[in-house]
Amino acid sequence: MTETIGWVFIIGGVAFNLLGCLGLVRFPDLYNRMQAATKSVTLGTCGILFGIFLMTGFSAIGIKALVVILFVLINLPVASHALSRGSLQFGVKLWRGTIRDMFTEDRGGRSIIETGEGEEK
Amino acid sequence: MTILIVVLVLGAFFCLYRVLRGPSIPDRAIAVDIMAVIFTCITALMALRYRLAYLLDISIALAVISFVATLALAKYLSGRSLDD
Repeated sequence: MTETIGWVFIIGGVAFNLLGCLGLVRFPDLYNRMQAATKSVTLGTCGILFGIFLMTGFSAIGIKALVVILFVLINLPVASHALSRGSLQFGVKLWRGTIRDMFTEDRGGRSIIETGEGEEK
Repeated sequence: MTILIVVLVLGAFFCLYRVLRGPSIPDRAIAVDIMAVIFTCITALMALRYRLAYLLDISIALAVISFVATLALAKYLSGRSLDD
């Protein structure tokens, strides 16, 4: 029974990872791509590792899988947040369908939403 | 088990497309970061398949190293030095 639940977690995690990588290809903008990829890949990786923990119990593999869950759950959202903030200050343009850019408005700067022409596809 | 690893490698190829094609530097950086996490998943599944516990040490090392690299690049992009 525990093994079956572990397989469900692993297969769901692999599906989330694949969809996250597909979002990395398909979305139109750096920030859209970043949030699609990091959120679903974090969830999928934690699913796979928790499934491995359920299948092996408190053995060496299970304990190390829990440690990797802890690292991934802290590292990936923090790295994504810092990188998106840094690239917004670096001047990477937002998608032209974006409605508001509150980060730049709060600092009183000119917004950097992309304007029609020069669309990369 | 093998088909799951093949699906994850397909996702890593999607990330590789973004690394080669990406229009800006942070695109490539986040794609390399996601690719490192996908390799973490692949080594964890191989550790489950062959029952080798030491393969998960590679997973821990990959997660930590990609985190440090991405933070250093984020510091560089926002125009500050590393000890700021």
